[in-house]
Amino acid sequence: MINTILITVAVLAAIGLAAAIILYFVSQKFKVVEDPRIGEIESLLPGANCGGCGFPGCRGLAEALTKADDISGMGCPGSSAEVMAQIAKILGKEASAKVPQIAVVRCKGTCQNRQKTLEYDGAKSCAIASANFAGDTGCSFGCLGYGDCVTACRFDAIQIDSATGLPVVDEAKCTSCGACVRACPKQVIEIRNKGPRNMRVWVSCINKDKGAVARKACTAACIGCGKCAKECAFGAITVENNVAYIDFTKCKLCRKCVADCPTKAISEINFPPRKEPAAEVPKPETKPEVKAEAPKEAAQDKTEQIKEQK
Amino acid sequence: MSNLTISPSPHVHSADSVKRNMYGVIIALLPALAASVWFFGTGALCVLLTSIVSCIVIEFLIQKFILKVPTTISDGSAAVTGLILAFNLPSNLPIWIIIIGAVVAIGIGKMTFGGLGQNIANPAILGRVFLLVSFPVQMTSWPVPGAIDGSTGPTPLGLMKEGLRSGKSVSEIIDKLPSNVDMLMGQMGGSLGEVAAICLLIGFAFLLIRRIITWHIPVTILATMAIFSGILNLYDPEAYATPLFHILTGGALLGAIFMATDYATSPMTPKGMIVYGIGIGLITILIRTFGAYPEGMSFAILIMNVATPLINKYCKPKRFGEVAK
Amino acid sequence: MLKTFSIGGIHPAENKLSAGTAIQRLPIPSEVMIPLSQHIGAPAQPIVAVGDTVLTGQLIAQANGFVSANVHSSVSGKVTKIEEYTDGNGYKKTAIVIAVDGDEWDPSVDRSPGIKRDISLTPEEIVNKIGEMGIVGMGGATFPAKVKLSVKPGQCQVLIINGVECEPYLTADHQLMVEKGDEILIGIKVLMKALQVDKAIIGIENNKRDAIDHLSKLAASYPGISVQALKLKYPQGGEKQLIDACTGRQVASGALPISVGAVVQNIGTAYAIYEAVQKNKPLIERVVCVTGKPLQRPSNFIVRIGTPIRTVIEATGGIPADYGKVIGGGPMMGRALTNLEVPVIKGTSGILLMSKAESKRGEVSNCIRCAKCVSACPMGLEPYLISRLSEKLMWDECEVNKIADCIECGSCNYTCPSNRPLLDYIRMGKAKVMGIMRARAAAAKAAAESAQKQ
Repeated sequence: MINTILITVAVLAAIGLAAAIILYFVSQKFKVVEDPRIGEIESLLPGANCGGCGFPGCRGLAEALTKADDISGMGCPGSSAEVMAQIAKILGKEASAKVPQIAVVRCKGTCQNRQKTLEYDGAKSCAIASANFAGDTGCSFGCLGYGDCVTACRFDAIQIDSATGLPVVDEAKCTSCGACVRACPKQVIEIRNKGPRNMRVWVSCINKDKGAVARKACTAACIGCGKCAKECAFGAITVENNVAYIDFTKCKLCRKCVADCPTKAISEINFPPRKEPAAEVPKPETKPEVKAEAPKEAAQDKTEQIKEQK
Repeated sequence: MSNLTISPSPHVHSADSVKRNMYGVIIALLPALAASVWFFGTGALCVLLTSIVSCIVIEFLIQKFILKVPTTISDGSAAVTGLILAFNLPSNLPIWIIIIGAVVAIGIGKMTFGGLGQNIANPAILGRVFLLVSFPVQMTSWPVPGAIDGSTGPTPLGLMKEGLRSGKSVSEIIDKLPSNVDMLMGQMGGSLGEVAAICLLIGFAFLLIRRIITWHIPVTILATMAIFSGILNLYDPEAYATPLFHILTGGALLGAIFMATDYATSPMTPKGMIVYGIGIGLITILIRTFGAYPEGMSFAILIMNVATPLINKYCKPKRFGEVAK
Repeated sequence: MLKTFSIGGIHPAENKLSAGTAIQRLPIPSEVMIPLSQHIGAPAQPIVAVGDTVLTGQLIAQANGFVSANVHSSVSGKVTKIEEYTDGNGYKKTAIVIAVDGDEWDPSVDRSPGIKRDISLTPEEIVNKIGEMGIVGMGGATFPAKVKLSVKPGQCQVLIINGVECEPYLTADHQLMVEKGDEILIGIKVLMKALQVDKAIIGIENNKRDAIDHLSKLAASYPGISVQALKLKYPQGGEKQLIDACTGRQVASGALPISVGAVVQNIGTAYAIYEAVQKNKPLIERVVCVTGKPLQRPSNFIVRIGTPIRTVIEATGGIPADYGKVIGGGPMMGRALTNLEVPVIKGTSGILLMSKAESKRGEVSNCIRCAKCVSACPMGLEPYLISRLSEKLMWDECEVNKIADCIECGSCNYTCPSNRPLLDYIRMGKAKVMGIMRARAAAAKAAAESAQKQ
């Protein structure tokens, strides 16, 4: 009995030893020499493989970063500046300053603003709906509300609000990777600068129809009247194809356009409540709790402005 | 005027539905159900009711309280599972064992995979096999049809296996068994749904006419069983039973017509269905003649269920315009 | 045993409500709207300006590229607008609006009542004439007819004429065959001359016995033309299916019908070609079947191109109270229209109204993997699989599983017991995969060219 046990133990130990020796030599022979920094960088990245950086997944970015001589312009849109600084440290390089960005939804066509004129009864997918029909309202440009952006988001940062039927971006979760922008067949979503203290102003409409047509379809449509463009002191607003667009690199967040828009098509977010009647111009540079990147951005804005004046 | 409806083509539908198919299966099982009640009396009725009701209730409870999704009990799929599970049980099985079977069938076999159409293995067979390995004594004491005293006895397949094992020849054992005609009409011991071959064949005809299933799976299973057992029988008629015996006994017909053809767990293409049918036929006869259990239908179906995704991957339909290689 | 195609197919309820109703001529409306894009390919280029006076049959927009078609005025009057309108899909398209003033025809059109039997033009002239007259495939695909006829001599062995009309409800081709048999047969002769082929088969499904008998009798005096009765099965009118049914040859994946020596044209196209080549009449009107259960009098009309669909429906006894969906074309492959102001165009083979109850799809449930879509698919595909792959955006897998072979016939959707929108997803995936395949082919071509240069 005891003999059997001993023999078994001995045989198993011998097999184990033999296997260990073989494995050791094989691993020596077929060793893959890899930059250890790739693994380190990869572990810092979110691992969502969203493709927002332009490389095939997080490992792709890590490899590209390790190989690149100049890492400016490369980086993970889903990671914070601190993470990018850490990665730069691993590589022994300087991280380029990144202006934080976020996805914004350029449509205010809620169920109230934009009445349904048709009943869509096909598969609940924006890609399918838009390939077959312009939409189930009078507006052939706006959000369809079937949530292709929600499916595309790897960070759970965008949801369809059941009351309005429009997508809502979660500021805390959005990494501005751009997956929703690519998923939206109507190009409703745009990646814009997050703005100082998350304050942003943008035109919530992309309807290129003539004013009257657009207005008939949706009460919050941009009618291309150009009032905002005239009002804007910084030349940030252009009107093209009957729709206004605010250049976020020029916008100074004065909010004059928001107040003046006759259809309330311009959205503002995260501003302190307005003091009636005059709109307050916030000066983020002077506020103490502003994030580190805000002054930089403001400085950039200023230089651009100077350039324009020249 | 209300809004016009827009949708991509096509704009008409066959009016076929999950319900139509599921209730079609139930209708096809009715002759066999009537036969089982006729042969086994109230015991059968009790097993049937318990099994069907518990399957439906368990599906309802899981969807309502665990998954929190709309319930789908009205589509009839849970009732079909309950009915087929009952058909695989002996009529004197205690109620609590049936309920355990239903929990395993619906809870583990169906709901854990995502409900209707998502399951890997046939839920009813999973429940049955679970009971068979957990409660072998209760699951293999078969009441003899028509016996008023509730006496139990083995199935013809069980008798055959015992006999062969103790060294008797087939012709010796056959004398003690019901005749082929009796087996066709249901004069033999067995679980509820196995006993009346003719009723199952009527159900098969109904399923074919209503186009609920195609002929591929049942016919290939039975043909494979007949050919394989026929070869064995020709090799040594005293050691191996005849093809007809194999087809008429045990769950061969019930399995081939109603259990192997379960939509979710059978292959999608005719070619795949034939591969699947041959697999089930071969494994069944292998288990019956060389394995430890007298009956191998359930195990054969389970094994081929698991192979179905692989079959689907390799057995593609004949594409239009494809040149035969 | 009647012939039919070999794989899959379904048997939808026929519902040929307007069968046997004689074709009526619809009065000319007071205004027509003629879209510049009534065909597959680039929109035509307008050659008239606002304020111009045009005659019936006058060219008003010119084909813009190889796959494009001329557009002619269907009425006489004054061009009032050239502007955007909302088309049946809800998108904006450009159209020429003409206010009608009398009905004065372009003098080049031969309006004499007799049938002209002698074909005087040469094959090349015929093809050019067909292009000039703006003839497109009348079955609904609206592929410019000239393109299909531009084949090398001897390449085509058989001309197949599609008289199948396998779509439920529609009866336009059926009625045309019964009423205009001689014209159609001369049209086929014209096509045979253009293609330099001596054999033509007219495929007709067996539910149109009167058309089969009528054309068979007439065809006896037209050597080379035969009528082939076919077993009733959808989608027999699919080009590849019809070739399979009539000749037993299957066109390979990704290949054109000419690869098996066949050219397919529709009955309506054959008739339009007769008028264009023999009578010099451009494609300015067509037979439209207006049908549906809510209508009082489902009818077959000859309608001028550009007539609003609302006017056409009104002619059947008024717009019904209960309708939930208006379809341009048949119920299997037609498109639901977003509004009734859209005009009849060259490809409008039917206008189908559905009651509110008929309009809605059933509730979608889980796929039960019943494999009915696999047995219904006429292309031998696995709709359950490619639809799922497309839903999950797995384009490579879609391509491997031949999503590009799908003919979008809708048999899978029709047959699905779970009411799953299989074709919706497959159509999306097909478009995506074909885009990827084209891009790859273009890249390969560019690479080969640059390699040649070096």
